[in-house]
Amino acid sequence: MKFYYFSEQGYYPVWDEIQGPLRTDPGSKLAEPAVAHRLLNRCIDEWTLADQLGMNIMVNEHHASYTCMSVSCMLTLSILARVTKNARLLALGVPLFNRPDPYRVAEEAAYVDTMSGGRLELGLVKGAGYELPISNQNPVRNMDRFWEAHDLLLKAFTSHDGPVSWESENYQYRNINVIPRCFQQPHPPIWMPTFSGNNAREIARRGYTMATFTTGYGSKGVFDAYRETFAQTHGRAAPPERIAYLGMVAVAKDEKTARERGARVASYAHATERTPPAKLNPPGYMSVADNARLLPNQGAISFFYNKTLPDGRKMSNPPTIDEFVQAGMLFCGTPDQVAEQIMRFSTAMGGVGNMIVQMGGMLEDEENRDSLYLFGSEVVPRLKELHLSAAAE
Amino acid sequence: MADKIQIAGLSVEMVRKGSGPALLFLHSGDGVEAAQPAIDLLSKSFDVIAPSHPGFGGTDLPANFSTIDDLAYFYLDLLDELDLTDVVLCGASFGGWLAMEMAIKSTARLSRLVLADAVGVKFGSRDTRDIADLFALTPAEIPPLLFHDVARFAVDYTKVPEPQLARIARNREAFTLFSWSPTLYDPKLRQRLHRVDLPTLVLWGANDRVVNLDYGRALAGTLPSASLEVIPSCGHLPHVEQVATFADHVVRFAGAATPSRKGIRA
Repeated sequence: MKFYYFSEQGYYPVWDEIQGPLRTDPGSKLAEPAVAHRLLNRCIDEWTLADQLGMNIMVNEHHASYTCMSVSCMLTLSILARVTKNARLLALGVPLFNRPDPYRVAEEAAYVDTMSGGRLELGLVKGAGYELPISNQNPVRNMDRFWEAHDLLLKAFTSHDGPVSWESENYQYRNINVIPRCFQQPHPPIWMPTFSGNNAREIARRGYTMATFTTGYGSKGVFDAYRETFAQTHGRAAPPERIAYLGMVAVAKDEKTARERGARVASYAHATERTPPAKLNPPGYMSVADNARLLPNQGAISFFYNKTLPDGRKMSNPPTIDEFVQAGMLFCGTPDQVAEQIMRFSTAMGGVGNMIVQMGGMLEDEENRDSLYLFGSEVVPRLKELHLSAAAE
Repeated sequence: MADKIQIAGLSVEMVRKGSGPALLFLHSGDGVEAAQPAIDLLSKSFDVIAPSHPGFGGTDLPANFSTIDDLAYFYLDLLDELDLTDVVLCGASFGGWLAMEMAIKSTARLSRLVLADAVGVKFGSRDTRDIADLFALTPAEIPPLLFHDVARFAVDYTKVPEPQLARIARNREAFTLFSWSPTLYDPKLRQRLHRVDLPTLVLWGANDRVVNLDYGRALAGTLPSASLEVIPSCGHLPHVEQVATFADHVVRFAGAATPSRKGIRA
């Protein structure tokens, strides 16, 4: 099992102060430049510590958001490419259908891969529905645009004999020529996250690494769909390292402190649920059938709430810390407890080769560092023992 | 009831009702359903032809349709295939935009133009939105923007049957496809409106909160031969909110003797 440390780089000091949404709508005046400076640098320090602890690194991006100040995966990774030594650098990911210029995505990824000496793991994500009004890209036919941008990236990565062109309804280029080209040839490993079995099958067919985010024990169907299609397509079992899971994590030496930390990490989940409902799901972002089903509920969708627990009960609204833990969305406790929770989850999922460890939220600097240090120095060695069978069910 | 006919290779859902001069009704972004009372009234004076646009209702959406131009050329093909002449072209909101996009291309089969609270043109400065963003709203937030008498038009989606929900969702998606960005307008349309050599009636809801009356005045002032009529106690959709007044205006305007079109562009 490999481990990636992740933080959203949130501007959390005003989460309680701001009434209502923390994304897309609140003005920037509450973000004090000096505080943002301190918080962003703190995140770089945490990733540097993760590197020293032998862990890997994941970054993401959002826009117009108090929950995530990273506005470009590759901006953050270009710093980390220089200040870390060994960690794999996972962008998960670049929101491809929100980016009007995929050629630029290819250039920046190749830059980070070269700067880091070939440590980039390139995650390609659709993009958040609530960020379509920010990018101004049309919500309708978003997956067509996603896959076309993906094809264009691969063409940009693999064309080395001079400029190539691309002319389609979505993209126009006359001079695609990425210099420097990728350090890893033909291109860095590609990852894609998903919440659906259909997408999981498509990712498996292409042999990419698949991740699910905070979907807990409900992820089993998606993992199974991936493994089944991978085996059918490639004639061998999907290696566990092709499967990744992102969970929130809080570790402390004693259980009481760990639970306090867990609540502060999980504050991220509550913060994201405050996204303006009108912008979460612009028409065309989801299918007509899904939107018809959602209309009686005003089109509202939820990422962290309304899940069913493994014992069949519905979560409270909002969920409790215990429910987040039972659901497999939060791993929280002493190093022994967290290792045991992750081991149980991975086994139930049939073997998760990559565990993405999300901290941050409203954790203060010192407790975040301590939680990360305990994970890297005490949880990781316990989990390294875990035998992952590639043929696991 | 709507029938299915083949037009330009597409299966098109179309209401055709009444007799008299041909009137092509182009529905607003919420689909043809809400226009049924207006269609019924107009059918007493006209041969009303009211299709669902490609992507809306039960009409096909070809994969290569993505712009308002695609719809405008489709409707010019429809006029040809149905061999309609001296057509009164009547469009509401998004349908008004579509009507103007047709008329700048060809008015050969048209006699008159009626625009009700039409979107589609940019008059204001680059940092002022002329037209409200109808795509950043929850379903419950839409009626307060569309109507003067909001309470009359609130929808309880928990009581709407599933096939109707699917139509609403499909209409919303198609509306978004054609008008997401630039939001509900075509940057080139204003400079081309001089080509609309048709007597034009611009109808405007006095309390339109999507595109206000100043915009309606600017539109009427830009079209070569347009008069403006303001409908009181009315929001963005006169054909829905003030059906009788809307139909009266259309009948009075289009029922008059057809004037010579010569000289309009001079």
